[in-house]
Amino acid sequence: MARELWKGNEAIAEAAIRGGVEAFFGYPITPQTELLEYMAARLPELGRTFLQAESEVAAINMVYGAACGGVRAMTSSASPGISLMQEGLSYIAGSEVPIVLIDVMRGGPGLGNIQPSQGDYFQMTRSAGHGDYHPIVLAPATIQEAIDLMYEAFPLAEKYRTIVILAADGSLGQMMEPAEMPPARPLLTEAERPSWAVRGARGREKRIITSLFLKEEELEALNLRLQAKLKHIAETEQHWEEVATADAEYLLVAFGTVGRTCKTVVREARQQGIKVGLYRPITLWPFPGPRLRKLAEQVRGILVAEMNAGQMLEDVHLATLGRCPVRFYGRMGGVMILPDEILGALHDLIADQPADPAARRREP
Amino acid sequence: MHEEIIFSGFGGQGALFAGQLLAYAALDCGLHVTWIPSYGPEMRGGTAHCTVVIADEPIGSPLVRRPASVIALNLPSFEKYEPLVKHGGVLVYNSSLIDRRPGRADIRYVPIPANDIAEALGNVRQANVVLLGGYLAATGILPLAAVETALDRHLPGRQRRFLESNKAALQRGAACVLEAVPAAPAEQTANPAAAAD
Amino acid sequence: MSTIPIPTVEEIIAQGNLVYKRPDALADTWTHYCPGCTHGIIHRLIAEAIDELGLRERTILVAPVGCSVLMYHYFNVDAVEAAHGRAPAMATGLKRTQPDKIVFTYQGDGDLASIGAAEILHAANRGEKFTVFFINNAVYGMTSGQMAPTTLPGMVTTSSPTGRDVALHGYPMRMAEIIAGLPGACYVVRRSVHDARAIRQAKKAVLTAFKTQLAGLGLSMIEFLSSCPTNWHMLPPDALAWIRDTMIPYFPLGDFKVADGVEQV
Repeated sequence: MARELWKGNEAIAEAAIRGGVEAFFGYPITPQTELLEYMAARLPELGRTFLQAESEVAAINMVYGAACGGVRAMTSSASPGISLMQEGLSYIAGSEVPIVLIDVMRGGPGLGNIQPSQGDYFQMTRSAGHGDYHPIVLAPATIQEAIDLMYEAFPLAEKYRTIVILAADGSLGQMMEPAEMPPARPLLTEAERPSWAVRGARGREKRIITSLFLKEEELEALNLRLQAKLKHIAETEQHWEEVATADAEYLLVAFGTVGRTCKTVVREARQQGIKVGLYRPITLWPFPGPRLRKLAEQVRGILVAEMNAGQMLEDVHLATLGRCPVRFYGRMGGVMILPDEILGALHDLIADQPADPAARRREP
Repeated sequence: MHEEIIFSGFGGQGALFAGQLLAYAALDCGLHVTWIPSYGPEMRGGTAHCTVVIADEPIGSPLVRRPASVIALNLPSFEKYEPLVKHGGVLVYNSSLIDRRPGRADIRYVPIPANDIAEALGNVRQANVVLLGGYLAATGILPLAAVETALDRHLPGRQRRFLESNKAALQRGAACVLEAVPAAPAEQTANPAAAAD
Repeated sequence: MSTIPIPTVEEIIAQGNLVYKRPDALADTWTHYCPGCTHGIIHRLIAEAIDELGLRERTILVAPVGCSVLMYHYFNVDAVEAAHGRAPAMATGLKRTQPDKIVFTYQGDGDLASIGAAEILHAANRGEKFTVFFINNAVYGMTSGQMAPTTLPGMVTTSSPTGRDVALHGYPMRMAEIIAGLPGACYVVRRSVHDARAIRQAKKAVLTAFKTQLAGLGLSMIEFLSSCPTNWHMLPPDALAWIRDTMIPYFPLGDFKVADGVEQV
């Protein structure tokens, strides 16, 4: 299939359709609304389900209901709407129903604004609702990557019976870029519906999907099972991209839109003779820490850049555990970071390092 | 090759669409391209603008602080972006609406009376396409024919009837630069009723 | 002296004497409901209707949060457990993607009329083709007797210890009347289960509600006036009398919406 110019929100919607989404329930909110509008136009044409819900609270519970039937169901929203979905996400996690959610992040807190942001990192990776769980969180940097990750999101969610969140930001949603669409995946047949799906107890025992376990030992057993599953996901689903890390003396760490901006920074810095590389986590949860720890032993310093006050920064600290200095550059309020700002912060980091790497290691 | 272009004007002047046309043309030429609308630290100020980056390798940042080229459809855009154009860059501007003397010696100024040309062609709303034609002629970054193809393929359905006049606007904008002769029919610019039509 | 053999239960049934048994749609299990609570009667009416219409193998129950939170253990049908108030949203997702199934929610007054007010209003307004059983006992039962949106004026609860002050808390919400006002709602009635006659009428309404769904018409909802002897601090017979004498005057029984097409079902 040929490369076409796609707007991010519409590309994600089309990739979801080709990936086999059967039902979309959503509520308008900038800057993701084109995604909902695309679904509103396309899904009924294809004989699939689209419904504009009365709120994000209802939307996520409609997704929950549809997904209980083993139906590929999803919703999309932007930061304030994701906050409203926290309740539903927790129930979905507790009952292990696979769903896909798109967060086209915007500036916060509160009503904030409609400009791009990465301020939902904590909200998405740390649990996205009450209780002990993590969704799988995927952070595309380009529209092509958004398409590819969206396309595989349902199989991934179903493999682990978990929530998969595609973490985009307003700029990725609004920008246009050439990309290639994958071929349409056939829809699930009745025989392919999962063995836990609630579809009427015809000729079998009834099935119950619930997140209620009143006996302590039962709920603890569920939690232990969830934790074992999360551990397995953490070990097998870490994905990242490295740029020019082989000889890197300094390392940029950034995800999503800022991750791609850092590619420009790497190119410009290398033109200035600075040996800098980029580590771009593609999965935010599980955070790809082990490889970053190795790189932290190689480089003289790490610069983390995010469109927030330093949220992924905490995961970088946890992964690197003081093996090298870690600095942060962030913008908030929906301000997008330009390459020269990161380059400036990189120069500051370099200027603060002792010329002799051995001397650095002797530092307390 | 790594070219950054900002299209900027009042909302409704078609800055975003002109940028999209260029992006489609770049795609058709097998190049990497990004198009991003009014987003970023410089967005305040009542203008609609977009940034297009065209490159022969994958594009990192879709935004730049100092673009290689700016296409200014109105005076606020001219004033905002004149200082930001990269050294050696190009500022293409709508001289029908912008009466300013060039303030820098290290960039190239390309004045095009885009409203007058578009109006003479019958549709003042095609000033954006006139300027795009002028920009392509001034920089040679893509062949004019690539944008004509983009118009063929991507002009929205309700505006298909303007296909030929858009192509004419593109050609006239380019000719204006190539001939380096102001194409403004003076009697029309002197007629405010016609301009307001 | 000869002894007369005492027949076993099976022998009695074999003689054609069985007149009352557990419906197939009800599970063979104990419930946790308090003595005298009428949830059990309403459960039975729903299960009987499911059996009589032959719907058990294609029914999906959406359970609420409240006293009936565990009702999926008491029914022999596929079931999901909703968050508090969100049952109509979940039911929307289920019914829209499995339109051949029979989907019903079962919600208390806190669940439906308070925290889930938006969900039920919009599901009704959209004419969602599922059935809602709304259990109004004028009090929050599971959390032990707080004021509900349906608590009567002056009624003492643990969160209105001096009685519901309408100036402070507003008036009880007549949900059947409110839902009936929405075009998408096709069959909206209020019934009670305080005596045998009321129970018979309620049973007919349950059948009509399911038939409305089977006919592919819009939302069907039955509001049941139900007793809560524990939190009303009454003996069960007194609680039934209280429904009759105190609740019905404020929440009149009746049919509030019977849309065209429902008469025929």
